[in-house]
Amino acid sequence: MTATSYALADAEPRSAAPAVVCRALTKAFGDGESRVWALRGVDMKVSGGEMTLLVGPSGCGKTTLISIIAGLLDPSDGAVSVLGEDLRRLRGSRLVGFRGDNIGFVFQQYNLLPALTAAENAAVPLIIQGRRRGDAVARARRVLQSAGLGHRADALPSQLSGGQQQRVAIARALVHQPKLLVCDEPTAALDAQSGHTVMKLLREVAVQPGRAVIVVTHDSRVFEFGDRIVFMGDGRVERVEVPPARANNAAGEYKE
Amino acid sequence: MNWIAWKMLTGDRAKYIGIVAGVTFAALLIAQQVSIALGLLLRTTSTIQDIADVDVFVMDPDVEYIDDLKPLTDNDLYRVQGVAGVAWAVPFYKGQGRLKLDVGRRDGPGLYQQVIVLGLDDATLVGAPREMVLGSLAALREPDAVVMDVAGFQYLWPGEPLESALGRVLEMNDHRAVIVGLCKASDTFMTFPILYTRYHQALQFVPQERRVMSAVLVGAEEGVSPEEVCRRIEERAGKASGGGRALKALTRNGFKRTTIDYFMKNTGILLNFSITTALGFVVGCAIAGQTFYTFTVENLNQFGALKAMGVTNRRIVGMVLFQALVVGLLGFGIGAGLAALFGEVVPRFTRLAFFMHWTILAGTLVAVLLIVALASLLSIRKVLVLEPAVVFRG
Repeated sequence: MTATSYALADAEPRSAAPAVVCRALTKAFGDGESRVWALRGVDMKVSGGEMTLLVGPSGCGKTTLISIIAGLLDPSDGAVSVLGEDLRRLRGSRLVGFRGDNIGFVFQQYNLLPALTAAENAAVPLIIQGRRRGDAVARARRVLQSAGLGHRADALPSQLSGGQQQRVAIARALVHQPKLLVCDEPTAALDAQSGHTVMKLLREVAVQPGRAVIVVTHDSRVFEFGDRIVFMGDGRVERVEVPPARANNAAGEYKE
Repeated sequence: MNWIAWKMLTGDRAKYIGIVAGVTFAALLIAQQVSIALGLLLRTTSTIQDIADVDVFVMDPDVEYIDDLKPLTDNDLYRVQGVAGVAWAVPFYKGQGRLKLDVGRRDGPGLYQQVIVLGLDDATLVGAPREMVLGSLAALREPDAVVMDVAGFQYLWPGEPLESALGRVLEMNDHRAVIVGLCKASDTFMTFPILYTRYHQALQFVPQERRVMSAVLVGAEEGVSPEEVCRRIEERAGKASGGGRALKALTRNGFKRTTIDYFMKNTGILLNFSITTALGFVVGCAIAGQTFYTFTVENLNQFGALKAMGVTNRRIVGMVLFQALVVGLLGFGIGAGLAALFGEVVPRFTRLAFFMHWTILAGTLVAVLLIVALASLLSIRKVLVLEPAVVFRG
């Protein structure tokens, strides 16, 4: 695959107000001699209206980075701002509430509740927000419809294929219209065809003006769906690339 | 969120049934064993319960329970009758007699049976059985007449029709006794048949002693409480030093309590049933706790996902407690229901002692809630320390 490479400093996002800003972000696990550095100073910006792919070998810090961006982990040092909020200033229930209102999650193993139907699963974020169950499920059905799963809305996860379950998970991540979508290896448990379908769906449904999408993946076959590809290695951002399919669109906005 | 908690709980049917079964077992065992213990203890007071229309029982000060009545003198009866607030006072005899069943048979040792003999005041028959099944209470005034309890008759002559009891001749202390009626009586602790007869008739059925009266049965005057009558009798008896001697006066409930206290202190009933009940509690905790914990561990990813999606720890704890409450109430309902069914059905075919008071149900509910609370503690700790980031680690 050929792609145009950019240094981080040159790869400024299109939007003037980036959705995510990480500066000198570090994260260590353990203490003393057993301390392991997962992130060693990450600087990164993610814009709304873009899909950013985080790629790299296992252990390079991708999952740690999105966990910090999603407010699930605290960094050891550095700063992270999401949707204009400094996450270090958000604590306890405020942070949990911020996550619930603004961030959607797609997990590698889907993490659907096995006892709930597809529509009920997709409605969970709205129920968490305190919406009435009937209203929440009705809205979830509409989102499932747009995800091409309207006909399976009443099926249990065990009655769905892996690809269908991931589409339900995407519907769940989008049902409350978050401004940031965080996807962890969404195609890892799927075959090539299903993975392609899921990424296409993410591209079509999730990427919208004002919403940033971050996808952690190691599957090079899905690179074409990203607006930018952030390559990580050893806890750092090594380089940022724009896939050829997007390069033309980006040419006017990114400097080579 | 409780709806999601409910769906999570019932979605894993095997574990759901396992937890409910554990709690049910504990509730059944606790409710049933305590009900049997209470039934047994109440049987020790069945004679007190069956002696109707009596406000106060007067007895020797050393009496500790109903089967331990020590003899009084006729003078004691007159002293009680003279106390202000006493409307009436009559003698009462309670003792054990040896009944010869095969009257007329001259060869062999004969068939004998220990029975409880209750001697009622000849004139008033105060303390007579409340419900006659066969014959009439008035027939008790006939010579040698006795009224036997139905259970005693069926125990002595199993399979024989009740009608065959009337006119049946027995022998006690070489005196003739004729059954003139059958009555209902509460089961006794000793399970011996009960014979009601007149006071002076009863004295002929037992070996003669100088003092024979077991207790004085007292009715209080209108407007005077039984407690006040008791106080006055004991005060009067206490003052009557010299020729007189102290007396103990107890209300019906007071005498029951004293009797139950004696059996609780001096028999293994309380200890044995407490051990069984405690075992039920521990086993219930173990089964429910382990299954509930496993259920939570297997759902950790789901809890993690919910936390990531914006569910606070407080709400997660609420979900776990809701699940615990659901299985607790279900287990309690089924367990207590089964115990009640057991208590309803089994005594129809046996002489099982069983009394399920509402306080037993309340106590069982508290125990069950304690079990599920303890069972959920480990689970709560597990989900509280769970980092939501775990959902990104596969």
